[in-house]
Amino acid sequence: MKILVPIKRVIDFNVNIRVRDDGTGVETDNVKMSMNPFDEIAVEEALKLREAGVAEEVVVVSVGVEKAQDVLRTSLAMGADRAILVKTSDDVEPLNVAKILKAIVGQEHPQLVLLGKQAIDNDANQVAQMLSALLNWGQATFASDIDISGTKVRVSREVDAGLQTIEVNLPAVISVDLRLNTPRYATLPNVMKAKRKPLDIKTPEDFAVDVSLRHTILETLPPAARKGGVVVANVDELVDKLKNQAGVI
Amino acid sequence: MGRGLLLAEHDNMALNEATLRSVTAALQIGDVDILVAGDNCADVASAASQIRGVGKVLLAQGEVFEHQLAESVADLILELAEPYETIVAPATTSGKNILPRVAALLDVAQISEIVEIVSKDTFIRPVYAGNALQKLRSNETKKVITIRYSSFDMAETGSGVPVENVDSSVANSKSAFISEAKSQSDQVDLVSARVIVSGGRAFGSKEKFDELLRPLAARLNAAIGASRAAVDAGFSPNDTQVGQTGKVVAPDLYIAIGISGAIQHLAGMKESKVIVAINSDEDAPIHANADYVLIADLFDAVPELTAKL
Repeated sequence: MKILVPIKRVIDFNVNIRVRDDGTGVETDNVKMSMNPFDEIAVEEALKLREAGVAEEVVVVSVGVEKAQDVLRTSLAMGADRAILVKTSDDVEPLNVAKILKAIVGQEHPQLVLLGKQAIDNDANQVAQMLSALLNWGQATFASDIDISGTKVRVSREVDAGLQTIEVNLPAVISVDLRLNTPRYATLPNVMKAKRKPLDIKTPEDFAVDVSLRHTILETLPPAARKGGVVVANVDELVDKLKNQAGVI
Repeated sequence: MGRGLLLAEHDNMALNEATLRSVTAALQIGDVDILVAGDNCADVASAASQIRGVGKVLLAQGEVFEHQLAESVADLILELAEPYETIVAPATTSGKNILPRVAALLDVAQISEIVEIVSKDTFIRPVYAGNALQKLRSNETKKVITIRYSSFDMAETGSGVPVENVDSSVANSKSAFISEAKSQSDQVDLVSARVIVSGGRAFGSKEKFDELLRPLAARLNAAIGASRAAVDAGFSPNDTQVGQTGKVVAPDLYIAIGISGAIQHLAGMKESKVIVAINSDEDAPIHANADYVLIADLFDAVPELTAKL
């Protein structure tokens, strides 16, 4: 079976986000970019499935700018077999990303699409569900355990109430949560080897997908700052403030 | 004004308060009908029909909806979507699971987790784990929206509107429910708690975490939360994690104990009305977000606080 893993290049999760003063977005100049951490977990899971003999090939794909090649190379260095970049100049909304991925699924015929539950830049949490709907496949979101046997996948999902286990028929789309695994690091020899692995470059037009935006972002604002806290001297003062000043207990 | 259809969050027995908060948001966009999809859940529909401002309640019952699998509920909403200008759900794990599926099938770009309604078509939503807010205008004629319900007050109850039964032809051959493991069922629910006491890695062990936090939580009738570090260290179950990758909460009182306040954690609790930080580190980042800061050894301060409340 072939696994398709869509990944996204985002601002590294360790970077302190700064909103531009003119409200046009967040600062991206000279900012470290990395693979979306949830997608890294999806790549790792696909590689594990290949190593376990469940899958034969792992193909990674990214819809993004030219530089998104970097995160594709990272996943090739982790062990993915091939990469596809669908090159765009601007942000592509999740619905259109899903449409492009649907077209790629039509060409590649994977049995499983594994991807992060959300990207840590726009926090939309949409692509997996949308792709599954467009393909008319089953879906399992927020996976913290994946067990494939035959044509069925058992997935433990992290839900508000605890853990839910469902069974989905293949082919399916699964979005992964944080605790599914710990992604491996790419070793230097593998980084070198990854440079020779195939990376195809396409455009949305190749898949006849119109990527024009449905939403207009009017402004990006910094979050309201909270006032700095009052330091209390001891537990008695804390109890007094909570009772008599804040009135919350 | 256009009509909106709001998907209720429930467990077939009780209506979750996320629904009441989401009604408040949805009423700012237009009129609201509520959809209750489940099995043997007439009580939920009757609770929903008591929410003030709601037009009517649609009740779809059947085995296929019992566990609200995304494929089933999305198909149901599609059957009902035609007269509605907006389709809304609280951004619970269930709402987040179902609604993008609906949006894709309607060929609509979804707006996720709004925290403010500026006008009928303009909304504010957090991005970058709450480190930035995006004001966006949707150019879609039909809108599909999830709501960060902790940002809205609960709608009032007490009116009583009609409940209409919905017949549907939905079948689901793609997925099936197997089991659910609910943790903390004996304790106060994190998302709807008025007070949350939350612990970090500084507790050092699961034993200390439980020994110190449980009595305090019991005294305050509070839910117990945890930082990601505490969850990863095995002090507390996954579903108690507060933060960008866990639950987003906004209680009246949030007491963060031994939590330094990583961006990731702050994103999940900074909308709380009153925040208390108890920490031995004077420079912990959480202090900038707290209303009251107590610099103290938690192993002394927590039992003392429990005793003095």
